[in-house]
Amino acid sequence: MTISSPATAQEGWQSARATAGAAWDANPPKLGFRAYLTCFKGIVWREVLRYLHQRERFFSALVRPLVWLLIFAAGFRQTLGVSIIPPYETYVLYEVFITPGLIGMIQLFNAIQSSLSMVYDRETGAMRTLLVSPFPRSFLLLSKLVGGVAVSLLQVYAYLAIAYFWEIEPPVWGYLTVLPALVLSGLMLGSMALFLSSVIRQLENFAGVMNFVIFPMFFASSALYPLWRVKESSVVLYQICRFNPFTQAVELIRFALYEQVDWSALFACLALTVVFLGGAIYAYNPSKGLIARRGGPGAGV
Amino acid sequence: MDMTPEPQVPAETGPALLVRNVSHRFGDTVALDDVSLEVPRGAFVVLLGLNGAGKSTLFALITRLYDNITGEIRIFGYDVRRRASAALQRLGAVFQSRTLDLDLSLKQNMLYHCALHGIRGREARERTKRALEIVGLADRAKERVRNLSGGQARRVEIARSLLHRPLLLLLDEPTVGLDIGSRESVIDIVRSLVEREGLGVLWATHLFDEVRSTDLVVILHKGRVLFTGPVPELLAKTGTKNVSDAFRALTGTAHSEMAA
Repeated sequence: MTISSPATAQEGWQSARATAGAAWDANPPKLGFRAYLTCFKGIVWREVLRYLHQRERFFSALVRPLVWLLIFAAGFRQTLGVSIIPPYETYVLYEVFITPGLIGMIQLFNAIQSSLSMVYDRETGAMRTLLVSPFPRSFLLLSKLVGGVAVSLLQVYAYLAIAYFWEIEPPVWGYLTVLPALVLSGLMLGSMALFLSSVIRQLENFAGVMNFVIFPMFFASSALYPLWRVKESSVVLYQICRFNPFTQAVELIRFALYEQVDWSALFACLALTVVFLGGAIYAYNPSKGLIARRGGPGAGV
Repeated sequence: MDMTPEPQVPAETGPALLVRNVSHRFGDTVALDDVSLEVPRGAFVVLLGLNGAGKSTLFALITRLYDNITGEIRIFGYDVRRRASAALQRLGAVFQSRTLDLDLSLKQNMLYHCALHGIRGREARERTKRALEIVGLADRAKERVRNLSGGQARRVEIARSLLHRPLLLLLDEPTVGLDIGSRESVIDIVRSLVEREGLGVLWATHLFDEVRSTDLVVILHKGRVLFTGPVPELLAKTGTKNVSDAFRALTGTAHSEMAA
């Protein structure tokens, strides 16, 4: 191990002083609009950089939906016929039908992963560095959420690129029109995950999240089967599926991928984003939120 | 979200850090009991306490991790609750746990921190270079943090805490887990910041040999402040010859407990 001797440090210090134009004790600058923008870009860029450096994370985020697509969908193709329902204009392959659901799953997993790491980090690591920034907490939290959404976009487009070779060929412009839908669904799922994991202590481990959030949300939705099929089996379940936020996200993505807008899903997603985001910001507020009251893991003295 | 900038305030008054009558509890456990202390401008203040004394809780309150404060915390006169932004702009912090992104380079870590303070572009790059020079690691800017030793990573964290040129620096057990050489180098860097730039420093530790006779000392024990003042005063008050004996006399702790 190399240790720089005090002498080196001091030399460095002197040269630093020599080049330092501005005085150290200048008053801190005002935080104007450009400073906000700098902070926002910095947070989002860090999330993306970190993601690109973690190969295994990149890989596993792709493998999960591809397993569903290449194995599950192939097996179910013959069992489950999908009739012509909007936005599809012809009979579609089962693989094509579940693709928006799998995109939703990518975003849901990504949302949960990043919110869990935020909760874990809260007391110790990177979150504390973030929270000593002079910008408002709500702004920092929102930037962090957008960073998570940016990562999920990389994952979704990588998935779509591979899926293209399995005859999942949405219209060319669909790749573009789905983008705003993905941003909104990503924000909605991200703030939902952050809200849930801040409020419900049991959700702080991944097994709990799998059992109580991911599985119920994924299966009680329109990701794997059209909802009229569910209605035939159980009206109660149908209603649950309809009001599942994940269903709204999937339908928004499904229509956007075919250059259409599902207005009710759009409004539902907007409303849910506002509610969950408000809840997450409240839960994270150090004076009002629930974090401060319960101390949190490893809060120790 | 509040987009209006802080109103510009004339030169602020008050010490670098003022903590007055602060208490904090987790459930039934009292972590801090009516704590008051002060870091004058340009002073090196050692916060001495064993593990579990409440040092980290105090740091969490100053940095606004928890906000349900009874009492008052001010940084250069700015209340950390009511004027959080102005207070945090003047504060640099080095936490006990490691907070660098291991897979990113030193430079990337530093630029991220610049962004968190709204510093961008060439200004951010120059400050990064300068801060790394201060801690003697400028030549390794492009390396990943993962390749650094514990002491070097600590120095990067110190460099990072200087990027927005704070006038108050908080360090929570910064030398824990470092070998003797790295410890000395970290201490020297921070002490020279106090001497050359007039930073106020609150240095939390349980290692008595890090205290110098010219320092101010705050002794925190089981959530309560037992002494604040200069070292000679501490020795005179307890009738002891060194800080370690003085600490034992004040807290009534046995040698064996302090080893922990």
